[in-house]
Amino acid sequence: MRRNCYIPSGCSISGMMSESGKRLDGNAIIRSIALMHDRGNGLGGGFAAYGIYPWHSDQYAFHMMFDDMDAKERCEEHFKDRFEIVFDEEMPTRPGGVFEEETSGRHGDFGGQPIIDPPILWRYFMDVPEERMRFVSEREYVVEEVMEINSKVDGAFVASSGKNMGAFKGVGYPEDLGVFYKLGEYKAYIWTAHGRFPTNTPGWWGGAHPFCLLDWSIVHNGEISSYGINKRYLEPFGYRLELRTDTEVVAYLFDLLVRRHKMPIELAAKALASPFWKDIDRMPERERRIATAIRQVYGGALLNGPFSIILGHSRGMVGFNDRIKLRPMTCAKKDDMLYMASEESGIREIAPDLDLVWSPRAGTPVVGVLEEGVE
Amino acid sequence: MRIDCKGLYYRKQNKMIRDFANDGETEFILDNANGQRYIGGGIEKKIKITVNGVPGNDLAMFMNGPTIIVNANAQDGVANTMNAGEVIVHGSAGDVLGYGMRGGKLYIKGNVGYRTGIHAKEYKKQVPVIIAGGIAGDFCGEYMAGGILVLLGLNRDEGTPIAGDYLGTGMHGGVIYLRGGVDESRIGAEVSVLEPDAKDMKLLKKYLAEFCGHFGFDLEEVMSEPFVKLLPVSSRPYGDLYAY
Repeated sequence: MRRNCYIPSGCSISGMMSESGKRLDGNAIIRSIALMHDRGNGLGGGFAAYGIYPWHSDQYAFHMMFDDMDAKERCEEHFKDRFEIVFDEEMPTRPGGVFEEETSGRHGDFGGQPIIDPPILWRYFMDVPEERMRFVSEREYVVEEVMEINSKVDGAFVASSGKNMGAFKGVGYPEDLGVFYKLGEYKAYIWTAHGRFPTNTPGWWGGAHPFCLLDWSIVHNGEISSYGINKRYLEPFGYRLELRTDTEVVAYLFDLLVRRHKMPIELAAKALASPFWKDIDRMPERERRIATAIRQVYGGALLNGPFSIILGHSRGMVGFNDRIKLRPMTCAKKDDMLYMASEESGIREIAPDLDLVWSPRAGTPVVGVLEEGVE
Repeated sequence: MRIDCKGLYYRKQNKMIRDFANDGETEFILDNANGQRYIGGGIEKKIKITVNGVPGNDLAMFMNGPTIIVNANAQDGVANTMNAGEVIVHGSAGDVLGYGMRGGKLYIKGNVGYRTGIHAKEYKKQVPVIIAGGIAGDFCGEYMAGGILVLLGLNRDEGTPIAGDYLGTGMHGGVIYLRGGVDESRIGAEVSVLEPDAKDMKLLKKYLAEFCGHFGFDLEEVMSEPFVKLLPVSSRPYGDLYAY
């Protein structure tokens, strides 16, 4: 049972990226999110990391969660005909892992919560068999399979399914989960993190952030009040919303708009957090027509409610807020590093001297792009 | 006294400040602060706290007397429901500044975020003052019921508005002064834009002199541009909302 119920705030998010593709271990992102400990309540935390599997970068890395061995067997039976498993292993973890360092935002007496009772955590590096791609693209096939597993294979959930990336998430405080998953031993050029304070959906391992599909990952502070509309909009496109958490829609919306509809990411962010009609009316002719068309075509993709979000993908990281900035976000630059976090101190904790610090305006995406040629 | 706050858990730090203040200590310098929440929160003594580093959220929350100087940016929720004292930030500050503020002074050298001074209130001589040297985000002074809010818009890029959208929406008390005018399409329906009179300018000069003194701005230059004044049209804008 949890001992401390005095916690005053919403979720925390943090992201960091090396634009030149330098790969950094997970200790910094753990410290950043640990500083904002009080924004979560121990019912969820997680990390997404890009560039962590260079020796398997051609395979889809499936991070799986299973309720029990039966579920694992059911899922492997499912994989058998559909993928070529190149390599698989149990996720390396440290059961009972707990973050022991004292920081200004976290102290053992007020929050240490060892990670116990995890589901079975397993990772699979898989190729898509040639014959499976006769009628669909490889990525479309993987998306369909993720949906199939999450909705049909009892007790099995896909935590992430991209190439050279992975999600590490669960129930607990994020810094404890970071120790549990041994993130200090991974190296990534993009890290994002989330500390959860669930308000109206259950805190369970599959429902922790980040939410991932292919190489998309989403960490989100806030609440998607338009979940029902977004869900109905996504379902006819083949997405099945099974994770019982509003944030799931954001990952699928980016997949739909950017991968399938080939929108530039900035424009997709404008569809999700579009300008108000009164502001559209004041735009110059060309911009007004674009903004009007986006709102008309993508009305069902509009996200309502308070949010600050960090989207990770294999080529970069994007942060953006809801249209009236009901959740905080601070961004910063230092040399080739781009940082985003719920609080400036979450950035200063790992990069005390910054070249530039700013708070982006509501609905305006901050786009970090990995340099060309970084693998 | 100096406290090295590197990695110091905020509850320990704040307890130290309260305990030493109770024992008569009047001056605290917090070195290497980063992210410690609630600094100065609820303190009723006339102590002075200098924060070297970025303080955490809700700095000076419910504060009733102390002076806090921040030599960095401040985060969200500064001076939340503050009653008396002074907060001086040598940088920019985040969202919801001076929320429900009831008294005291809040001086920010740079920009302020969204929802500055919302629900600020006043009672007789208890009048909160918020001055920002830069620009403000949307919803500045929303539902303001009292107090004085000043935006100077110094050092901003050409064409950058001094405040965001919904300025003074639902405002029904207090006053907002803006240096150099305002785009009227951005203000709420509940306020009118007026020209400040001599009494206003006297009041402004008094507070701006203090403000410039803290941050090294030139008072004459700050006062050289004309100001506009935003006042609520009605003290009960929604009195008839559910009554027709």
